[in-house]
This record gives sequence, structure tokens and C-alpha cells, in this order.
Amino acid sequence: MKKLKLLITGLGIATFGEASADYALNLSPGVTQLSRDIYDLHMYILWICVAIGVGVYGMMVYSIMHHRKSKGAVPAHFHENTKLEVVWTIIPFIILLAMAIPATKVMIEAYDTSASDMTVKVTGYQWKWRYTYLDNGIDFFSTLDAKSNEARQLGVRSNPEAVPNYLLEVDKPLVIPAGKKVRFLFTAADVIHSWWVPQFGWKKDAIPGYVTDAWTRVEQPGIYRGQCAELCGRDHGFMPIVVDVKSEADYNKWVEEQKAQAQKAVADAAKTYSMAELMAKGEEVYNANCAGCHMTNGEGMQGMFPAIKGSPVATGDLNTHLDVVVKGKGQMMPSFGDSLSPVEIAAVVTYQRNGFGNNMGDLVQPSDVSARN
Amino acid sequence: MTEATHEEYAIHDEHFAHGHHDEHDHHGPAKGFMRWVFTTNHKDIGTLYLVTALIMFLVGGAMALVIRAELFEPGMQYVDPAFFNQMTTLHALIMVFGAVMPAFVGFANWMIPMMIGAPDMALPRMNNWSFWILPFAFTLLASTLFMEGGAPAAGWTLYPPLVLQGGAHLPFAIFSVHLLGMSSIMGAINIIVTVFNMRAPGMTLMKLPLFVWTWVITAFLLIAVMPVFAGAVTMLLTDKFFGTSFFNAAGGGDPVLYQHLFWFFGHPEVYIMILPSFGVISTIIPTFARKPLFGYSSMVYATASIGFLSFIVWAHHQYTVGMPLAGELYFTYATMLIAVPTGVKVFNWVATMWKGAMTFETPMLFAIAFVVLFTMGGFTGLMMSISPADLQYHDTYFIVAHFHYVLVPGAVFALFAGTYYWLPKWTGHMYDEKLGKLHFWLSTVSVNVLFFPQHFLGLAGMPRRIPDYAVQFAEFNAMSSVGAFIFGFSQLIFVWVVIKAIRGGEKATDEVWEGASEHGLEWTLPSPPPYHTWTTAPDIK
Ligand code: HEM
Ligand SMILES: [Cu+2]
Repeated sequence: MKKLKLLITGLGIATFGEASADYALNLSPGVTQLSRDIYDLHMYILWICVAIGVGVYGMMVYSIMHHRKSKGAVPAHFHENTKLEVVWTIIPFIILLAMAIPATKVMIEAYDTSASDMTVKVTGYQWKWRYTYLDNGIDFFSTLDAKSNEARQLGVRSNPEAVPNYLLEVDKPLVIPAGKKVRFLFTAADVIHSWWVPQFGWKKDAIPGYVTDAWTRVEQPGIYRGQCAELCGRDHGFMPIVVDVKSEADYNKWVEEQKAQAQKAVADAAKTYSMAELMAKGEEVYNANCAGCHMTNGEGMQGMFPAIKGSPVATGDLNTHLDVVVKGKGQMMPSFGDSLSPVEIAAVVTYQRNGFGNNMGDLVQPSDVSARN
Repeated sequence: MTEATHEEYAIHDEHFAHGHHDEHDHHGPAKGFMRWVFTTNHKDIGTLYLVTALIMFLVGGAMALVIRAELFEPGMQYVDPAFFNQMTTLHALIMVFGAVMPAFVGFANWMIPMMIGAPDMALPRMNNWSFWILPFAFTLLASTLFMEGGAPAAGWTLYPPLVLQGGAHLPFAIFSVHLLGMSSIMGAINIIVTVFNMRAPGMTLMKLPLFVWTWVITAFLLIAVMPVFAGAVTMLLTDKFFGTSFFNAAGGGDPVLYQHLFWFFGHPEVYIMILPSFGVISTIIPTFARKPLFGYSSMVYATASIGFLSFIVWAHHQYTVGMPLAGELYFTYATMLIAVPTGVKVFNWVATMWKGAMTFETPMLFAIAFVVLFTMGGFTGLMMSISPADLQYHDTYFIVAHFHYVLVPGAVFALFAGTYYWLPKWTGHMYDEKLGKLHFWLSTVSVNVLFFPQHFLGLAGMPRRIPDYAVQFAEFNAMSSVGAFIFGFSQLIFVWVVIKAIRGGEKATDEVWEGASEHGLEWTLPSPPPYHTWTTAPDIK
């Protein structure tokens, strides 16, 4: 049914050029001076192309209408005209010059990362983003939110339209203050990623072993969304970016909250938890971080991602199991030592050893994890 | 074996060949399958290339339909994201190396000797070899689909470090690339040697048909860049298996170096696919406009300048890797320059049509669609050459729209146009004009339904190479998928038209197209031409 509807809309747009629904046709002018400058440049070149197109296609259409044999046209014999050929080589040069000058100005603007008010380091991971605030030490990961993650699994047959901001929502957005010049430093932990929020006007690659930079100054508070733009493996399509731009006062409040939470996390890591607490927390952590590959039912994917259910690691030596989770393994299994807290790792390992019918009976505490870090 | 020796003589010693002809009263190809295995005849080898290209076009097309089926609506319906990535990677590699490039080599084999008055290609045994490498290369590549971990999935650009995460497929894919490169280089050497040494007396360089010119320049590009690509992928191989760190930052290497190497190959590579198309279009439009090509010499110079410029613009694929500002600006200006010779070509085609007496048989229809739609791709190319704007366009569906416009209604339409144009010459039968026109209209309408909305998707923020997307992209994706299926299935008409013309049909005259004999030597030969042509060189006016 839904398919039929899509098909009809698809064909509808094709035939009638209807323009009502919520899709966009053009670049967004964005929310910064730089993004507007890029937008203006885009429109400027677009109109130049349209003008040239009208000229060239117009000549063609005229010729096709009038210079056809069926209308009794007799072919002319000319086959060169030096003057004309020189003219239509020089005019494009001049047009290009008229494009190159504004392009140069905007590029210089885009590259000017000087005099920034704060710096955020952005690290790309398969398949999440890490944001490190160099000025105040706040440091966290940002991954696809659980609802989208569930709905995007193969064969769930969910209705993506029912998921708010399907594939464009994260568990924890990047927060920056409005009106401040924020400098970003980009790098990556595994493969190349690319950080792109269309409304900021640019994307920048995050490359392992490199630090690249870019900047933004967002005028208005708001939520701005984007995605990874460089193919980075299986879940490339599932590592969105959400930036929550807050007023300066709200931003400062947020910073204080983050600091308080960090202290609480240190305290939590010293506590001892019950099986029920760990299993509940573990399931949450598992579904957000592991289910993408090992699947919600723990059965993995044949030939690509091993099952957790009955796996030699999850039913074997506990320390080996912890090491795999903390340090990662091989090319594909990421290390979670940085991205998950000791409490979360303890919970998820407990969940893996006792869920999916593994029933090992092990209870892992945060202190066991800290010991191996 | 005796067949091969015989061929050699036919090429290098006309008199001997003639003597031979007299002994056996009719000299034709050997019979059966072995004819195709041992053949050194340029027409046979041309046919082999063309048939292979058509098969690969259908295989690559089937993969594209897997992609478009998954993208028809939001949500994951049919394939795992990892398999989706394998499909995008293989689709591109197969279309580039399996369909477009071999098809143009097929054209070159068939047409260049006939166009320049040569009895065959200069190096017929190497010709045989350069074709017969291909089936092995494609078997290697296709076999990766059945390996643990699947086929390569890092995109046709094979960027490290991602590509190095792959499983067993990597050495197979790389060896396949090596073989394809060897084949291309041998083909290119053969074309250059043929054109420089085997032209009929009087066929001066500035009398060469434009198709021959564009191929000569393409051949130089191939020889220059295929080794770079082979080197880059070999460095991937040693990084993966022999502990080197060319592209591994942790070992002191540089992942961006690979991108520079790849695009130093990759940008000329896109011109390798389009320059012969320019040649085909420059051949067809004059015939059906019944007028000589406008600006022949400026066409030759424009082709040569495009060839030269293609070596110095590669990093326009890397505006977002964080090059220094001076680098960004240099590559912006250099890339914009390509628009000048490209514009000259388009203007010349329009001027050729101007005041002609046009008729609109299928080859001409495809040629006109080429000029219109290729130019669309040229416009988006110009937009993307502007580096600050490309910070938005890069790695989105806008790019996908751009390169499909230049490659599908560009290169592939030129292949269709050329096939319809020369098919009566090759087979001796007229193709079915009604079906040809049907194929044209279905293809032209659906290719736009397929690719035009992708401009909107890219501008609205949809990244490329994703298997699933946010719901605001649903309408245009649905439309694009509908176009894809119509386009895909329309190609079966083409296959049928070709088969039908091979099997029979109205007998084609030698000239085939009214007045064509003024537009090329091939039209003075019988249709179909005998197995050996130009055993005595033709007189060039
Ligand atoms: C006026 C001529 C052209 C210009 C100025 C131009 C410019 C560009 C630029 C700047 C890009 C990189 C965009 C990006 O990734 O951000 C690009 C991509 C591409 N172009 Fe063109 N182009 C032109 C013609 C062509 C032609 C004739 C072909 C092939 C027949 C072609 C094939 C491609 C392909 C395949 C890509 C994408 C490669 C990839 O990332 O996978 N282009 N072009
Ligand atoms: Cu390029």
C-alpha cells in the first residue's frame, strides 16, 4: 500500500511537476554567513549555466525545427569560421573569470579559522562521532538513536515515517553556543569519515593520522542535522550528526551539567550492582552499540559478524571477553574502552554472558572493568 | 596456429596474402568456437569486445537495479548494508572497466582500420591477447562475490584504510585491476601503432576522422595513467599483506596520498570514457546534417587540450580533504578551464547542425540527446569545479547525478548511437528502425526520470553511497527508482534489435546512410565488409 502510494507520488512528480510535499529542490541557504555566501555563489553559477543553456539549447531547437530535410532544407557548405571560433573561446574565459573571483573570496573565508572563541575536536569512528571540547574537557560519543536504529534493521518492516527524524537523530547531540566562532578539528580513529551539516555550508573529511579544520558561527539557536558524507563501511548511512545550538546562557548551563555528570560517573564506577540492574542496563547498551552487527537476537551475521549466542568468547574466559570489548578485535570489532563507561561495559558484558541463553551466571562489576583498562 | 601466421602475412605482406587468396579460392574465418579463441582479425576481435561489453552492461545494470530497489523507499527492505556497498562498488567497476571501456575498444577495433584504409590492426596477436585477458579479469572480480566477507565494498575508488578492512577479496580484486590495466595498455599501444604506421597513403593526420583522433588521444591517456593506478593498488596490496605503510598513518604513511594517486588516474579515466564518445558524435552529426563537421581542426585541438588538462585537475575530487588554500584555488581554476575546450566542442556540434538538412534516424536521435544531456553534466561539472560550492556538493547525490549524466546519456548514448550507425555496416542488414526509435524514446525519457531528481536529492542533503535515508528524500528516490527500472528493461529492446539485425533483415547498401560515403572510408566498403578489407590501400581524395 505504502509502496503504491510512493510509486504514485513518484510518477506524479514525474508527470505533473507537482511541488507541494515536504521535499526540497535546492541547497538550503543555511544558518551562517559562510553558508549564505556559499549558497549565493551556488545560485550565481547556476544562473550563469541556465543562461548558457538557454542559448545553446535554443540554437539547437531552432536548428532542429527549421533545418530538417523533411522541410526541404538544403545543406549549407560552411565548415569553419575563424572569427566565430575565436569569439566562442574567449567569451567563456571571461565568464570563468567572473566566476573565479567570487569563488576565491568565499574559499578564503571558508579557510579562515583564526580568532575562534572555542575549539571542538571531532573524531570519526565506525560508526559514531566523538566530540571533545578542548576548552573544558567535556568528551562524549554521539550515535544513532535507538528508535532509528531499531527501525533501520533489515526485515523489521517498520514504518520509518513514524520514527521522528528517522536516521537523523542521535542519542547525544553536539552542543555549541550561538553567536560564537567555533573551530572544529577533525580526525578519525579507523577509516575516513566526513562531517557534514548542510546548514553550516560545508563538509570536512576526518582522516586517520590527519587533523583538518573548519569553522562555523551559527547566529540562531536551533537543532541542525547532518550525516557522515564519506563512505566508511557497512553503517556509513547510520552515523548522523545533530548539533544543538544553544544561547550562550543555556550553553553555559549545559557545560555545568556535563561536569556534574562526569563526577557522578566516577562515583557510579565505584559502586556494586545487582544482576537485575546490570541486565537491564546491559540490554540498553547492547542494543545501542552491538546490535548493529551482532543483531538484537545475538545471532550475528553469517560470514561477517560472529554470533554472541553460544559464542566461545561469551561463554569462555571472562577476561578474554572483557578484553575484546575494551580493546576491540581484528579490523571490524571496535574498541569500546573509550566510548563506554566502566558501568556500561560491565553491564553489557554481563548481559552477553547471561542473555541469549548463554546463562554463564557471571556478574561483572565496574571495578572489574577499570582493572583491565 | 597456422591461422595466426597466415594473418601476420596478410598484414605485413599484401602480395603474399593475395597469393594465398588465389590458392584457396575463398578466404574466410575458421569455423566454430576456435575461430574466436585464435582470431587475430580486427573485426572478430571488435565483435568479441562488443559482445563482452554488452554482457557486462547487463550484469552491471542488474546490480544497479538491486541498488535502486533498496532505495525505492526509506527503511531497509531487501539487502544488508554491507551487500549494498558491494553492489555500488561492483556496479561502478563493471560499468567502467567492463562495459564502457571495452565497448569503445570494440568500436576502435572494428572502425579504425576501416577508417584509415589499413588492412588490420598493427599488432594482431597482441590484439587477441588484450581481449582474452578480459574474461579472466572479470571472472576474478566476480568470484569475490562468493568469498567470505563478500566482494570489495569500499567504492570503486578503493580508498584506504576502508578497503584494507576487506576480507579475502582484496588480492583478487587487485589482480583483476592489474589484468584490466594490462589489457587496456596493450589495446592502447595497438591503436597508436596502427594509426601512426598503417594509414593509407594520403591519409594525413589532419585528414583523420575525428573518431580516430579522439581514440589516439585516449590511448595516450591510457598509457600514461593505467600504470599509476596499477601502482597505487599494488601499494594497497603490500600494505595489507607485506607490512608496508604507504597509506597507513600509524606507520608513518598517508591515506590521502592514495587519493592523489587514484585521481591522477581517475580524472583522465573519465575522459578516457568520454573522448571516444566525442569522436562518435562528431562522426554521426555531420552525416545526418548532410554537412561537413564544423571546425574540424578546432575539434582536434580541443580534444588535445582536454587530454592535457585532464592530467592537472585531479584534486577537484578532494576539495574536502583539507588541502592548503593555494591547492584548493589552483585546482579550482584549472578545472574551470576544462569548460573552455568542452564548450568549443558543443558549439561546433550545434554549428554543424545549423543550416544542415537533418534527418532523425536512431543514431542521430541518440547523438542529439547526447549533446543536450552531456552538456547538462558539463554544467554541473562546472558548478562542482567551484571549490567553495563543492564543499556542499561533494559526496552527495548531486555528484551522482553529474557523473551519470556524463556517463549514461553521455558515454553510453554515444555507444548506442555508434552501434545503430555502424550496425548495418557490420551485419549487412538494416536494424529495425521502429524498435530503435522506441528504444531511444524509452531510454531518453527514463534516463531523465532516473537521474534528474538526483540533483534535487543531493542539494537537499542526501549523501551518496547510503542504503537508507531520511523520509524527506522519499519522493525523489521513488521517482528515480521507477526511472531506473524503465531504463533497465528498455535495454532489452536494444539487445533484441542487435540480435535481429545479426540474424537478418533488409539488406543494407554499401553507403547505408544517404551521402555517407563523403563522411568516411568505411561507407565505400561493402556491407558487411569482407573478412579482410583494404588489402590494397584506398585512394584518399
Ligand atoms: C566540463 C567538464 C567537467 C567538469 C568541470 C567536471 C568536474 C568534476 C568535479 C569537480 C568532480 C568532483 C566532484 C566531487 O566529488 O565533489 C567530478 C566528479 C566526477 N566526474 Fe566530472 N567533470 C566534467 C566532466 C566529466 C566527464 C566528461 C566525465 C565522464 C565521462 C565525468 C565523470 C565524473 C565522475 C565519474 C565523477 C565522480 C567520481 C567519484 O567520486 O566517484 N566528469 N567532476
Ligand atoms: Cu575529475
